[in-house]
Parts: sequence; structure tokens; C-alpha cells
Amino acid sequence: MTARPATQILVLNPTTCDGRGLCAEAAPGLVDLDEWGFPLLTGGGLRADIPGERLAEARDAVHACPALALHLESAARHRR
Amino acid sequence: MTIATTDAAERLGLSLRSSLAVHLAEHGHLPASRGRHGSVAGSLVDEVERSGLRGRGGGWFPTAVKLRAVVESSAARGRLSTTRRPVVIGNGMEGEPASGKDAMLLAASPHLVLDGISAAAHAIGATEAYLAVHRGSHLVPGLLAALAERAEATVDEIPIRLVTPPARYVASEESALAHWVGEGLATPVHDRRPFQSGAGGRPTLVQNVETLAHLALIARNGGPWFAGVGSPAAPGTTMVSVGGAVAAPGVVEVPTGTSVASILDRCGGPTADVTGFLTGGYGGAWVPTAGFAATPWDPDSVRAAGGVIGASVLWAVGPDTCPLHEMARVAAWMAGETAGQCGPCAFGLPSVRDDVHLLAVRRAGAGDADRLRARLGLISNRGGCKHPDGTARFLATGLAAFPDEVAAHLAGRCSFGSTRPGSPSSLPVPEARLASTDVNGRDFA
Ligand code: SF4
Ligand code: SF4
Repeated sequence: MTARPATQILVLNPTTCDGRGLCAEAAPGLVDLDEWGFPLLTGGGLRADIPGERLAEARDAVHACPALALHLESAARHRR
Repeated sequence: MTIATTDAAERLGLSLRSSLAVHLAEHGHLPASRGRHGSVAGSLVDEVERSGLRGRGGGWFPTAVKLRAVVESSAARGRLSTTRRPVVIGNGMEGEPASGKDAMLLAASPHLVLDGISAAAHAIGATEAYLAVHRGSHLVPGLLAALAERAEATVDEIPIRLVTPPARYVASEESALAHWVGEGLATPVHDRRPFQSGAGGRPTLVQNVETLAHLALIARNGGPWFAGVGSPAAPGTTMVSVGGAVAAPGVVEVPTGTSVASILDRCGGPTADVTGFLTGGYGGAWVPTAGFAATPWDPDSVRAAGGVIGASVLWAVGPDTCPLHEMARVAAWMAGETAGQCGPCAFGLPSVRDDVHLLAVRRAGAGDADRLRARLGLISNRGGCKHPDGTARFLATGLAAFPDEVAAHLAGRCSFGSTRPGSPSSLPVPEARLASTDVNGRDFA
């Protein structure tokens, strides 16, 4: 299967994240945890491209976060 | 490359201690604002663009672009918006312990900086203007006196207020400064930039005080005058804080592009065989000695040589100083300066602090060094501000610049017998913070 171009970006706000890792439980393929229990997104930064077929998982991660530290935004919005 | 002449290199009046009268005799008044609001203002932004001025606080971002961004952000709000009118904040916090340029400028030429705040405020239509220096700064009485002189002589269209956020490393970050002015909190703000929504939700221009002093001179003399010296891609003069193994450590003003060797010469030259340099400060980068002396001091050239110009700190490490010990001391301090908001910073920095400490005291094995390198990769790009990234770069470049010393320490040896106490090339680390004060400078009851 070929990945479609990313339409959504998973964005983490590190100042609100409290590191309990519910996001990684909800979407283990998309979010890993570092040795201190804080989320590691694909690519290592605070924004990760989400291919269309993984959008449902990304939504699960967003909804699992009790701190509202994750959200999805459309890739177009951030093109400069 | 433009060749420096001595008089062209001395623009900021660093040998003075200017009262308003002396300042006006030297520089004259800022050009009067003529015509309808906005006409002259627009021309100052154009003039700054022609000057090629880039921010001297560390980022070297084009000042005209920043001015325009604030103007556009303000214009995008409705005429009736209560948060439409911008705010200007002069950043004299100088959170970088190895830097002394901003304090020197504010002591010598306060009115040039205040003119810059005034001119910038006029250019972007700001209705509030502030100058920030850290709490407890020795500059406060002099600056209050300077502001009183200006109020008496009514030189400013809008009053400039002095604010004193807590003396914490991250409090000088621009979003933290806007946060402090707007809400009295000194923590960095992650999800919006000050030009979009800063102090009190207003578009906010935060500029380093040296940048503002240059801007005040550009308002008088024009952009082409400013660009008449220095490297074409980052013209003008710049202040450099020079420390470590040099005969006369201190702050010098030189045209950008001046070689590292000439800057060291301005400070009496190296006192010993220099083993390496720290560039940019504690969020900057270490470079090995070889070849660096010929590097022109401007952002691109320093980067090409593996350094970071940052807040224009140049620190020469002499042979009585163990660079790994210095790294451990600074890492301990930087870890204590986390604002504690983000996991990779609040937990990651203490972890790398412990790793580099083990290395410095020769208790680390090869596995510990590898873990340190891996962790340095892990803490970058994941914080709400660049504090962990800067610390990671400081440590990673240090490990890379002194490979023989790392190997010696892993083998249980230190070529320097650790840093000799009182070594002049030991990096300055501020006293530990009072445990009873939080990051916002409040006392815990
Ligand atoms: S669920 Fe939310 S708060 Fe918890 S670790 Fe994930 S992003 Fe952070
Ligand atoms: S990265 Fe560190 S200093 Fe920066 S906002 Fe997060 S906790 Fe604060």
C-alpha cells in the first residue's frame, strides 16, 4: 500500500503535556514514549505528518489525552 | 569584506556614561515625526530594511521583517479590536551569564537604547513601551534616572516603563518576556509568537537593546550609513563579550566580519595556548582552536566554522581549564534553569547533567558517554522553547570539540587535573537560585 500525501498534522503542546502516556496506549504505532514517559512523535519533533490511513489512530490519541495537549491540524494551514 | 576603520567601529558610545544632554549633543534629536501618523513611520521600517539590521539578541533575525510582522498582525485586527495596538519591549535581560554587552550598553548609552524603543514604537504605532532588565540589576537606578530626564524633557511620544522580571535564563526568551509584561508570568509561551499575540494579547515587538540602539542610529543616519561597515549579509557593528584566557576580557564593538584573531587582539590577545572556544554562550557551540582565529565574526561565517554567534559571546579556553568540567558546571546550572513545563526539559536536562558530571569526574564508561549522546538527540526539538535544544547543542559540540579529552576521561585521566580553582578561563555560573523562589520570581510562602 502506498501512503497518500499527509493531509493532517498531529501537534503536541509540550507545555501542557503531563506525560502519563495515554496517547501512546491509544495509538502505539504513532506515539512512542521516551525514557521519562513523555510522548515521542514520528520524526522526533512536536509535529508529525499523519498519512490518511492513520488518521483514525491519530484521532484516538487526541481523544485519549486528558490534558488536551494533542490536536490535529490540516497541513495546508501551515504551508508558508 | 569591508575593511574596518577604528572610528567606524565605535558607534554605540561604549566609553561614555551619557546623560540626556550629552547624548543629544552627540547624536541630536531623533528626526521629528512629520505629517499624519504612519507616513514617517513607514519610512523608518523601509530604512531599517535598507540597513540590513539583524537582531543582536541571539537569533540575528532581520529586524525589518519583525517590525512588518507586528504591523501586519495589528492591521489584521478590526479597527474596534481592543488588542489592536502593538506593544514594544526592549530586552535588556541578558540571561546569558557569559555575556556582558547589554549591561555595558545600558550603562554607557541608555538614551540610545531608549531612543530605539521610542522610534520602534512610533514606527509600528505602539501605545505601550517597556524596557526590561532583570530583577536586582545594578542598572535600575541609572535607567530610572534616564527615564526621569526624558519625562522632564518630553522626548518620548509615549512613556517608556522599566520592568524587572526575575533573573532566570528562560525569562529573557521573547515569549516569556511578553508573558511577563502581559500577565506577570515569566515562562515561555509555546503556541503563539509575540508578534501574533504577545503582552495582553497584543501584537508585541521584543527587541534586544543593542538592536534598538542600532535602530536609533539608523533613524538618524539612514540605512545605507549603517550598512557601510561589516559583512554584507549581516552589516553594521556588533558588540562582542570576550572572556576567558585573554589579557583584558570585556566587551568590544567591532564591525561584523572582523576576524576572531583581531577581536582577541582588541582584548589584549590570548594569555596562553587556547585549547578551544565557546561561541554564542551557554546555548551556543564549542569549536576547536584549529583555524578558528581567521573566522570572520558574523552569523554565517561563525556557523560555517562550526560555531554559533548567538548573543555574540566569544570565550577562549586556556590550558588550565578542563572543558568537560566547564560543561558539567554549566549543564548543572542550565538544568536548574528549566521552567519545568515540558518533560524533555524538566526530566531530560537533569539526566544529561548527571551524565556529563560522571564524565567530568572520570566515573563514566563508554556506555555512559553513548547514553549521553543519545539523550542529547532526544531532548532537542521537543520543548516549548529552545532551552533544551541550546543545552543539548552546548554539550554535543563540546563532546565533539574535545574528543581527546573525552577519551582521556573515559580512561580515568584528565589532562588538566580538572579546572584549577579560580582559573580565569573558568566559565561564569551564577549563584544557585534561592530554593524558595519559583521560576516566576515569586516567593513560596
Ligand atoms: S496523553 Fe496527553 S498529557 Fe498524556 S503523555 Fe500523551 S500528550 Fe502528554
Ligand atoms: S522547554 Fe523548558 S524552559 Fe522551555 S518552556 Fe519547556 S520547560 Fe520551559
